[in-house]
Formats: sequence, structure tokens, C-alpha cells
Amino acid sequence: MTFTPDNLARARAAMARYPYAKSAILPLLHLAQDQDGWVTPEAMVEIAVLLGITPAQVLGTCSFYTMFKREPVGRLVVSVCTNVSCLVNGGPELLQSLRTRYAGDDDVFVEEVECLAACDLAPVLQVNYEFHGPLTAEAAEALVDDYKTGSRRPRAVSGGRVG
Amino acid sequence: MAASETRIVTKLLRDRPDDSWTIEAALENGAYDALRKALTMTPEQIGEEHVKASGLRGRGGAGFGTGQKWSFLPDGVFPRYLAVNADEGEPSTFKDRMLIERDPHQLIEGIVITAYAIDCHEAFVYLRGEFALGAERLEQALADAYARGFAGPDILGSGFDLEIVLHRGAGAYVAGDETGLLESLEGERALPRIKPPFPAIQGLYAQPTVVNNVETLSTVPHIVQRGGDWYAGLGVNRSTGTRIFSVSGHVRRPGNYEVELGMSFRELIFDLAGGIRDGRELKFFVPGGASSPWLMPEHLDAPLDMDYVQNELKSMLGSGAVMVFDETTSPALVAWRLAKFFAHESCGKCTPCREGSGWIEKVLYRIAHDEGRPEDLDLLLDFGATIVPGLNAPFAQTTICALGPSTMSPVVSLERWFRAEILELCGVAPSSVGRAI
Repeated sequence: MTFTPDNLARARAAMARYPYAKSAILPLLHLAQDQDGWVTPEAMVEIAVLLGITPAQVLGTCSFYTMFKREPVGRLVVSVCTNVSCLVNGGPELLQSLRTRYAGDDDVFVEEVECLAACDLAPVLQVNYEFHGPLTAEAAEALVDDYKTGSRRPRAVSGGRVG
Repeated sequence: MAASETRIVTKLLRDRPDDSWTIEAALENGAYDALRKALTMTPEQIGEEHVKASGLRGRGGAGFGTGQKWSFLPDGVFPRYLAVNADEGEPSTFKDRMLIERDPHQLIEGIVITAYAIDCHEAFVYLRGEFALGAERLEQALADAYARGFAGPDILGSGFDLEIVLHRGAGAYVAGDETGLLESLEGERALPRIKPPFPAIQGLYAQPTVVNNVETLSTVPHIVQRGGDWYAGLGVNRSTGTRIFSVSGHVRRPGNYEVELGMSFRELIFDLAGGIRDGRELKFFVPGGASSPWLMPEHLDAPLDMDYVQNELKSMLGSGAVMVFDETTSPALVAWRLAKFFAHESCGKCTPCREGSGWIEKVLYRIAHDEGRPEDLDLLLDFGATIVPGLNAPFAQTTICALGPSTMSPVVSLERWFRAEILELCGVAPSSVGRAI
């Protein structure tokens, strides 16, 4: 999808902050992902037009960064760390149980991620880039369910505030 | 007597845990007083008499002299830029996130003073994309700082202007390399650049650029306020001042501890972080992030001194991330997980790293998962020597950035400290352990 009028204004404001517009590519990709829940092919074309580059260049940059999802991932992105401080504190087991629990759930995308810089909370995860930890598998499922039912309000999938 | 912290950059956030990030709390605790003082001084006075004299060395990992870095900017070439490296991604390092989330005004003050000292009018904060709360707090803090004249045009009536742009990354460890960061900031894949030219000469948009870490910049206001000589009086040898160490793993109290350099690893791990939990023994520890070769219990009394750890222990204090592992830990499993990290984060630009990191991960995987072959350790060391010729620390480099040699750090550590255990995992009979295979 293309940018809403409000987001188009935000995109132009972001571009104006840099000496060269191409620097705004990551901010614009975040904006597109916050709006649509993932970075659609249409968004990449629109960003290319805004920045005066080709869609292939936008895809080239976009595909390098793990936060950008190039296919739909559902409303909730659950990022579980399994790097060493989490490894020795149950991170891989937490990942496995969440993957099993939410297999086939269109709302919840469970992903394994590298160190989230929150090892004092190990094992740690993020739900739409909000930190939670340390967590048992049971506590993590209760937490994700809270986000699912709306008793916790999630950020946008790129970590921005919703509304 | 048990060792204790020396809180300078962590003072406000420890004293006011409930609101340290607000402009009100910051101002009540003297935020921006150092900026007022700095604006009465010449840029040279700040750079030479304070920052250079303080002995402050970069807190991101490389430990390069901060004042020296500033002094490399060529005369008369403008515009010049300040890029703030807030892309904290070295495994088990979590100090910058705390400083950003809980004392953003200290960072902003450091940015403004530094920009004034290097005659720069545009600064970019490259913030790790996953730090959503950090982005929110920093954005609010910037708005408050602009509103009160601490940033933006004509700062505090001095005539000095500075724009500060918050730029969120999007998930790439290699963007924390200073030239990878600049590429990313220009809208590209974060592939590090060949140096020279160094960023001071041709950095962002091919203009002179200083890249400084969050903790480094957060320290600058204190140095300006209390004097370079005061700071140089703290610490030990060429490791002056304090540093924040992120301690994690099998310790009772994982967390960030700001200590005067020169304290021992033992005091940090046992007195401050509470020692090994569940009544177990220490097996090994990683002293400075995933890229640093591991150390053993016999090294616990070594000082937190960057040069000592590099020269005497053939490792490094790096990013200040101390990972602690107890006797139940499989060194092969930890090595494999770190190798997997490097293989995932290798940007692919240099062949030794792109290909080698994947090989290391595959071989370590089978060793760690009971599928090791008798020749595996030799195999690792053999092709590893094409990434790190000589296999001796400090690592020689065949790649553009330090990620390449870092891939060999877990392997070199296994060979150095756990050779017998690894050979046994590889099915080499205990009787032949210790002999060349």
C-alpha cells in the first residue's frame, strides 16, 4: 500500500532532515512497516520515487536489515534472544515453546534474534520491540496472550507508538 | 572490604530510578551546567586541556583516545559531522541502552559539547532499531532540549547552532562498525569501508566526521565540568576514569556496574555481581564482548586495565561485556552460539569472513552436538588461519572490519583453554589427548 496523506507528510519531513534524501531510506521503511505491518512491494516503489532512486536500490537496502519484514507477519512480532547470556538462562527453550504454542497463529510471528542488549533480563524477548524478561515459558505465553486479547496495547510492528 | 561502584555517568539514573530521563530530574541534578561552562571556553581548550588531558578512550570497544580522534579532523574543511554510535550490538553489552533510556539528557549534553569542540553543526544519533523505548525517550529529551535552548539554533545565546537528528537503525550488528554505520546512515547496506581514508578525513557524505560511542559522549560533560586532570586521576595507567561493565550469565546479580578502572575481575564478578549462583564454580568468562578471547578463573585477579588485558592476557576489555559461565557450561556450545552470531551478522563483503564464519559455525555445531570428528579442531585452526594469520592475539586481519577476526575468537579460546575437552567431544581417545593429532 502507499502512504496515507499523514504518513506522506511524515516521510517528507524525515527526508528534509538529511543533507541527502537517500539517508531517509531507513526512516521511510520503518514508517511503511508501521503503517502496513510489513514492507510491501508498493511501499518500496513509492519510497524509490520519493527518494529519486530505483525500487531495486530500496530492496537492496531493505533486505539487509533484519527488522524489515518483506512478507506479512501478523500484528505481533515476538523476538526471542538465544545468544549466550540467554542460552545459559533458557532462551532456546523459551523460543521452542513459543514457536510450538503459536504455530499457525496468523496474529503472532515468533522469531529467533541475536543479542537484544538486555542480558540482565535473560532470558529476554521483545513483543513489537517492547522488552520483557526474565520469563518462563508460561509467563511468556500469558504475556503474548495479553497482547493478543488487547489487555496490553502493543507498539506498531516496527516499534513505533500506535496512534 | 568489598569493592564498590564509582558512579559518575550512572549517578543520576541510580539516584532517581523513577524519573531520571525527564528534563526536570536532569536539571535538578545539574544537567547542562557543563554545557554552559563549555560555551565560555574555546573549542581547543575543551579538546586539549580537558578531553585529551583526561585520557578518555572510546567506550565502544576499540579504546582509541577520544581527544586524539577529534584532533584528526583536517583544518578548514566544512561541513563536518558528528555521528553518535548508539547501535549497541556486541553480544552481552547493555550499557548504552541503559544510558539512552535512563539518562538521555546527559548524552545530549555530551553531543552538544563535542559538536562545539569540533566545530560541527549537524549530529546524527544512529540508534539501534530494536531500542523502541530508547527512541521514545531520546526523542522526548531532544524536544525538551530544543525547547529550552540546549540544542538547535543559537544554543544558550552563544551563537552556536547544532541540529541533532535521531536516526533509527533496523537490525544489523555490522552497522556498529564506524564505517558500516556511515554507509547505513547514507541509506546503504551497512558494509564497512576500507580505511584509509578514515572517517575523520572522509566520513559521512565524504566529509570529515567524528564517530563516538554513547558512553564516551556521556562522559564528556563530567570531564568538562570537573576537569580533565580530575578524570585522569581516576583509573589506572592509560585506562583512566570509570567504565560501565555489563555483567551477565551465571551470576547472582546480572547488571551494569560503573567502576573505576583498575579494579579486578574478581571484585567485579564476585563483590558487585554477587558471584556464581546456585553454589557453583566459575568455569570461564568472556571479558569484553563476543569478540574477546576468553579468560579462566586463574585470571580473576587481573586488573580491569585495557592495556594489561590486551598485552598480558592476549584478550581485550572491548565493549565491557563480561559473560560469566559456571562449571555446568559446555564451552563448545557457547563457542558455537557465538560463531552462529558472527555467521549471521557477516555482511558478506570480504571473502574470509563471509565464507569462514559459516564454516566455523558448521564445524562448531557438530562438535557441540556430539557429532564432532577427530580432525575437527585441526580443521578449524587450519582454515581459521586464513582469516586470522598466525592465530595470535591481537588478531591479524584479512578483512575490512574487525568482524572477520572476531569469528575466530571462540575457536582460539577453545584451543587455548579447552583443548582436551574438545578433542574428547571429537572422539579422540583421552590417551592421545595433548599430543598432536
